[in-house]
Amino acid sequence: MSVGTPVVSPRAGAAPALTPGPGTPASPAGPPVNPPLLRRLLVGFLRDEVRKTGAERVVLGLSGGVDSALAAMLAAEALGAANVLAIRMPWRLSSAESLSHADLLAVKAGIEMLTIDISPQIDAYFERFPDADAMRRGNKMARERMTVLYDHSARIGGLVVGTSNKTELLLGYGTLFGDMASAVNPLGDLYKTQVWGLSRALGVPAEIIDKAPSADLAPGQTDEADLGFRYADVDRLLWAMIDLRWGADELVAAGWSRSFVDAVEARVRRSQFKRRLPVIAKVSERTIDRDFRYARDWGL
Amino acid sequence: MADRFRIALAQISPRLADVQENLGLYEKAVAGAAEAGAGLVVFPELSLTGYHLKDEVPAVAARLDGKVVAALRELSRRVPLVAGLVEESSDHRFFNSAIWLAAGEIVAVHRKVYLPTYGMFDESRYFARGHSLRAFDAVPMRAGLVVCEDFWHPSAVQILALDGAGIVICPSSSPARGLGQGAERDDNAHTWEVLLEAMARSFGLFVVHVNRVGYEDGVGFWGGSSVIDPNGQTVAKAPCYETALTIAEIDPAEVRRRRLAVPVLRDEDIDLTIRELERVRREQR
Repeated sequence: MSVGTPVVSPRAGAAPALTPGPGTPASPAGPPVNPPLLRRLLVGFLRDEVRKTGAERVVLGLSGGVDSALAAMLAAEALGAANVLAIRMPWRLSSAESLSHADLLAVKAGIEMLTIDISPQIDAYFERFPDADAMRRGNKMARERMTVLYDHSARIGGLVVGTSNKTELLLGYGTLFGDMASAVNPLGDLYKTQVWGLSRALGVPAEIIDKAPSADLAPGQTDEADLGFRYADVDRLLWAMIDLRWGADELVAAGWSRSFVDAVEARVRRSQFKRRLPVIAKVSERTIDRDFRYARDWGL
Repeated sequence: MADRFRIALAQISPRLADVQENLGLYEKAVAGAAEAGAGLVVFPELSLTGYHLKDEVPAVAARLDGKVVAALRELSRRVPLVAGLVEESSDHRFFNSAIWLAAGEIVAVHRKVYLPTYGMFDESRYFARGHSLRAFDAVPMRAGLVVCEDFWHPSAVQILALDGAGIVICPSSSPARGLGQGAERDDNAHTWEVLLEAMARSFGLFVVHVNRVGYEDGVGFWGGSSVIDPNGQTVAKAPCYETALTIAEIDPAEVRRRRLAVPVLRDEDIDLTIRELERVRREQR
């Protein structure tokens, strides 16, 4: 079953555990896409926020997925392809398709790409901790990639571009200090379905957009299987819940299943810590952030 | 036509917390306005300081008798101007103010009355609110100043109209947001267009809206500065999302013609309005 805006729908996987409800909920359709306006705002954002730091260049990880593909296209348009460095960081069991899709995108965007295999350091580390579960391994890999990106950011004097979208950020479906770490993120206020729509309009190759989204931290993994619901469904729910401020009871009255609404609400709440700086114990009159309040751009 | 009057809309992208740099942007715009034969150049809200100042407010604040305003006075000898800045009063309150200067003198100061403090806005935390809405005599006609959110309160514009303003100037730092209203501009820009036109038509006056562009901490400002005549027609419109110095040429006589055709302001019943508002206030308590 599929509801929500008839945007691009990724390849259907197994039936999700959580579905919207028996019919189509009567809450509003999902977030609008509006590619020309999004493109304008996001290209302008990257140009302005990168250059005012004094940097001309950026670096980002290319996973072969749609989020980093879109971020790379936007960065190339904003700063010039020559100012964008993409890095593929496979681990030995990463899918060959991810690698070839990253390559495809780098060629399409005309950007320089490096490949840095993270297997030596990852495998060396887990030799000492062979019982580590998939989550620990996945997080470790995400953080390893982050350190590679930041090292190359120092090497080229460029900023790290983030690729986490709003759906992931709200659901906490990302690794804190791993793929969630960046200096500037053009996609953090775009739901996954908006990422698909904009990617299509900007010419991201269809095979990258149409495949089932995956963190590719383990063979055969897909986001929607991990999450237990479809992006098309959860984006429509989050749009109503977060952006339009529909309450849980209103959503259920509109036809959403209670279990889906509750599960999503709980995920958003449980992952709040990932969207904040670490908690600081207050002992002075002027504590950083709580009382000492400045915009980030103030420091530039 | 001899009486026509040119207004320059200085749609700049100020740098946060860098008054000197922004004064440079002012100088450039004033030079451009002079070259275009403008009789007034209008700058956006807080364009001398940037918008998301937070704890930086006191550090960039200007006294009306201080150096920064002295620099603005000098600029106003070339072309009269409306500036947007943080004003510090003698008792150390900080206001989000718009200042009209001409020939080296301050013509009027408006302290923003309605400080948005909701959603992405936190102005009441850092600013004191203004307590007056006054029209004043200026060139090319009696005028009123409001700042951004003030304009969302029709009563503010109505008071200025009843106080004799034929033109209302509104500097803004209005953030772009919302994707539902077409490819040309964001939803907030669309809402503003509707409001600007409605106020101009309702009260039969010119409306000058000057909004900034650029980004601060990921927030983009949409620009799209415009001048609307008393008939609701757009006299000039700057592009959205990019810097511009847009020149609008107005015919001040349009105010008279509009009010002859649609004498809504003449028919306004101030006593009735006050009476009913007092009743409403009583009943709200």
